[in-house]
Amino acid sequence: MIDSATLYGLTGAVLVGLGLFGFISRRDLLRRVLAFNVIGSGTFLIFGAAGARGTEGADPVPQALIITGIVVALAATALAVGLVIAHARATGRGTLPEDDP
Amino acid sequence: MASDLATYLLTSVGLVFFVAGTVGLLRFPDTWSRLHALTKADNLGLGFIALGLVFQAGDWVTVAKLALIWALALLAAGTAAQLVARAALTDMASRGTDPDANAKPDPNADGEARK
Amino acid sequence: MSGVFFDAVLCALILAAALAAVAGRGLFRAVVFFILYGVLVATAWLRLDAIDVALAEAAIGAGLTGVLLLGAVARLARTGARAHDPPLAVVLTAGLAATGMTAVLGWSFLELPPPQGLQEAVAASLPDSGVENPVTAVLLNFRAWDTLLESIVLLAALIGVWSLTRDEAWGAPAGIPQHVRPGGVLSTFGRVLPPIGVLIGVYLVWAGASRAGGAFQGGTVLAAVILLAAMAGVLRPPRVTARRWRMALVAGPVVFLLAGLAGLGAGAFLTIPPVHAKPLILTIEAALTLSIAVTLALAVLGPPEDAAAAPSPDAKGEER
Repeated sequence: MIDSATLYGLTGAVLVGLGLFGFISRRDLLRRVLAFNVIGSGTFLIFGAAGARGTEGADPVPQALIITGIVVALAATALAVGLVIAHARATGRGTLPEDDP
Repeated sequence: MASDLATYLLTSVGLVFFVAGTVGLLRFPDTWSRLHALTKADNLGLGFIALGLVFQAGDWVTVAKLALIWALALLAAGTAAQLVARAALTDMASRGTDPDANAKPDPNADGEARK
Repeated sequence: MSGVFFDAVLCALILAAALAAVAGRGLFRAVVFFILYGVLVATAWLRLDAIDVALAEAAIGAGLTGVLLLGAVARLARTGARAHDPPLAVVLTAGLAATGMTAVLGWSFLELPPPQGLQEAVAASLPDSGVENPVTAVLLNFRAWDTLLESIVLLAALIGVWSLTRDEAWGAPAGIPQHVRPGGVLSTFGRVLPPIGVLIGVYLVWAGASRAGGAFQGGTVLAAVILLAAMAGVLRPPRVTARRWRMALVAGPVVFLLAGLAGLGAGAFLTIPPVHAKPLILTIEAALTLSIAVTLALAVLGPPEDAAAAPSPDAKGEER
């Protein structure tokens, strides 16, 4: 029988894949920011689940690092969103020039 | 034992409201009737679940926290419903048609999680 | 047994929400699904017994990121920017790359040796840390370096956001001008909720010393209070030049750095002597909470955009 931590770790692996798929294939810059966040939380889930396998109580060190990561991810997202909006304001597009058909 | 039974009973009633609200959210034709369904689910469903959990609470502080959670969800759901309804009205006025049923999912539509 | 069943259903919901957010139609809908995804991931953290992370994910991942992205969708809609669907070759290549990535990660996860775990090491040093919550002890004491640098990264990100301001809008209130119906539901909401929000934010920081919670979770709730008050027209968004707000921005890193320098006397930078640990950590945490709240709120509000509200060039540096 598969245990919960393994289940969440594998879910994290699929999330990274899903995010990577969106990050490569979608052209909207905002959608890429979103996909990047999915990659990020998938990574956190792998990390956290790896620390929770077969032990009594969750390991506090990965938890603290993940909290740090979540906050930094928000700061990076805010900067990325600012860049996307500035780009859209300057060019009228929500995509990069090389992605425009 | 009796408290467990009360929890089962009350959370089940809450879940019925959530199911009904979700069905309404998916089946009703326009934004306003969907909001009607959704707020019923949010308010009464969550209320019954919180009430059910009260019987598992060890002390009064936990009961107070549960009550606060319900009150805050009530306040937020009511406000969000008003804002979404107003936005849908503005949308209809600016387009001169019925708001497209699928164009603007309600941002508060956590009913979608429970499909 | 039923626990694993619940986990399987939750994982399926998480993946479905992520798929809808990444690949579904429509940006607005994608963002709504992303918020839902954040709430579900927070539940997953609860199941992994990581309550502090669950709080952070719910408040930051679902809450603030959601507000940020919804605001971005509205602003992008105004520019009329639209993207076309990608060609099939790109989709196939991306699908292949993603499948490969997932396979490698999944395989490595299954092959990982069983964790040694740092629970015992942390538990052994916990009495010296000044707090009872092991996660807070790691964040503010054992791995204080990480947290100090993180608070500086936050500041750097905000400076990056501000640097996107157009020249003529510099000095205006942060973000876009908010229009609220006076006496409407939103302005009422914006008056009712902040006192409760401040209470909950401060409680989370206070509780973080012994139970789940802490500076990041509490600071995020306070940031949400600032955002709500700004959106409801109760609080005029701070000007980027306002000195008092800027002092709030740097208070956390400065207090943290000073505490770190004081540690030099006890041996090395960031050494926190067990005797003074409790008051020292609480001071750092209070300053950090203030800075996190203001930094996150300003980062989510975005660069000032209302050129009409900007002061004339010779009146810069006005204090509010």
